[in-house]
Amino acid sequence: MPSKGAPAQLRDDGGTAAGSPEHSGGQARGTGGNGTAGRFRPRFGGKFGGKFGGKRRDTGNDGITPYLLLLPALAATAIFLVYPAIREILISFQRLNAFELIQHVTEWNGFQNYQTILSSSDFWHSVERSVLFTAVNVFLIMVLGSLVGLLLNRLGSKMRFVLSLALVFAWAMPVLAGTTVFQWLFDQNYGVVDWLLSQLGWKSMAHYDWLNSQFSAFTVIALLLVWQSIPFVAFNLYAGLTTISTELYEAARLDGADAWRIFRSVIFPILKPFFLSTTFLEIIWIFGALPQVLAISGGGPQGSTATLPVYAYLVGVGQQSYGMGAAVAVVTIVMLCLMMSYYFRIILKQEDEL
Amino acid sequence: MKSSLVSRITFNALASVLAIVFVFPVYWMVTTAFKPNNQIISSTPVWVPTSPTLAHFTTAMHAQFFGDYWVNSLTATVGAVLAALVIALLASVAVARMRFRGRKAFILMIMVAQMAPWAVMQIAIYMIVRDANMLNEILPLLLFYMMMVLPFTIWTLRNFVAAIPKELEESALIDGCSRFGAFWRIIFPLLAPGLMATSLFGFITAWGEFPLVLVLNKDPAHYTLPLWLTQFQSVFGSDWGATMAASTLFALPVLVLFMIMQRRAVGGLTAGAVKG
Repeated sequence: MPSKGAPAQLRDDGGTAAGSPEHSGGQARGTGGNGTAGRFRPRFGGKFGGKFGGKRRDTGNDGITPYLLLLPALAATAIFLVYPAIREILISFQRLNAFELIQHVTEWNGFQNYQTILSSSDFWHSVERSVLFTAVNVFLIMVLGSLVGLLLNRLGSKMRFVLSLALVFAWAMPVLAGTTVFQWLFDQNYGVVDWLLSQLGWKSMAHYDWLNSQFSAFTVIALLLVWQSIPFVAFNLYAGLTTISTELYEAARLDGADAWRIFRSVIFPILKPFFLSTTFLEIIWIFGALPQVLAISGGGPQGSTATLPVYAYLVGVGQQSYGMGAAVAVVTIVMLCLMMSYYFRIILKQEDEL
Repeated sequence: MKSSLVSRITFNALASVLAIVFVFPVYWMVTTAFKPNNQIISSTPVWVPTSPTLAHFTTAMHAQFFGDYWVNSLTATVGAVLAALVIALLASVAVARMRFRGRKAFILMIMVAQMAPWAVMQIAIYMIVRDANMLNEILPLLLFYMMMVLPFTIWTLRNFVAAIPKELEESALIDGCSRFGAFWRIIFPLLAPGLMATSLFGFITAWGEFPLVLVLNKDPAHYTLPLWLTQFQSVFGSDWGATMAASTLFALPVLVLFMIMQRRAVGGLTAGAVKG
């Protein structure tokens, strides 16, 4: 799964990675000169300069060298990613339970797995749940993460360092270490959260069992995911903000714009590619979040927190109906692909030079 | 809207609260690990451990196969990151420096691969590894972790390579370097910060991976640390001191690496060679 690190990864080096969509916003700065030259990338001065002189000379000169250099990467992708994906699809058309698994029997059963899951109300509930859960979490993460990013931009250097350091801690915590700590924070007997809430006057929260209801279990999971994701969004927004020249803010302020207006009319349009790609990465990460849910609630109580990947795990591995689990997984992958195709359509439109 | 004193105080207060919220879980993990049991199981939380103890660390470290888990985790993680770096370095030079048919398609493939939902491919990967007779081994973990971190590694290295001015390489060629020599003597040293940044995030991903090892390695001697952590918890139940000590030990390498490398990785690039 794209674990916590993964989405973060696309952009971690402070804006250079995946910088292309983000910095392409730079054209809006148009500080004189070559408007038509298009995408001005602050960090890629050398590349930018070389684009005109270098491009033509290179064409055709590299022969098969690039393909040889790509060969290992292509081979690895084919063996360790494409093949498992195909295998998953094949398994989804098989009857594969504990017996078939142990006996090494391959028994094809056509669309039976799909018929079973698509007519199961548990499955549809987990689809519904997954979509809603993803929407709520991604919304929270993007809004709060952006606010923290904007705050980082407004702070003095000392305070910014302090807040960055705290965010780095949350960011660097391995997923399962963070998950385990949240279990302890929300422990029914000695959890510090229950204590704090009851001290604040919410007496019924003393020794509250968070895993006893769907809503409260989801609350804990959501808080964990938000805590884990905000640093990524905040740091990247901050990196993007530092590329916007202060003159633009000044000009907007002179025109009497308030903070919200500045965000809407200056920051958002310039950093739109950033918001788009980050939102999609978060969607993919949250939609596929397995360890957090599995460790905190195990999908319970009574399967009420089983999102799609958890449902796939519980059916496939838990009940040893591997074919059925694979079918759920394939449906999950198809849903992700549909969301991703929308994203890639936009990316391809924007990026003439990937 | 000029940053008046009032708004500055508000922002600083807000930042302080946020800093506490974000760092608290980490703080609570570490301090719980050092508290004696009566301070953990206490009706009012003890914010600062007054008589720290190493007892919980001893419990965690005396777990069966504790040393093996470290060896397993380190082998799978470091191996995966190194393998990914080598493969990605080759690919990123091709993508950043050369023009060829299919370049755009390759980049798209990398972006799609980055979003691969590994958690839901458990079953297929289990079958593949089982057919290869390699369940309960570290090599398959290493290989699949390598694939998990590869797209991101290529993507980042490509940006780092592209950021190195072509002129540097060209002048080396003029001075009589071979193409490989130019790469090895000019580009590679400049890539060091990029290699560090990418290996750091690759390390985080592989170090914390859970869904695959959960289905592949059921034999306790072949667990990795994340799997051990979850099993540990179910064995020790509500021994939060030992659980937090185990979490701390597990998180420590990443936190330390992050602290050491973050500054260098970010600082290295901006100091670029173009100036002067």
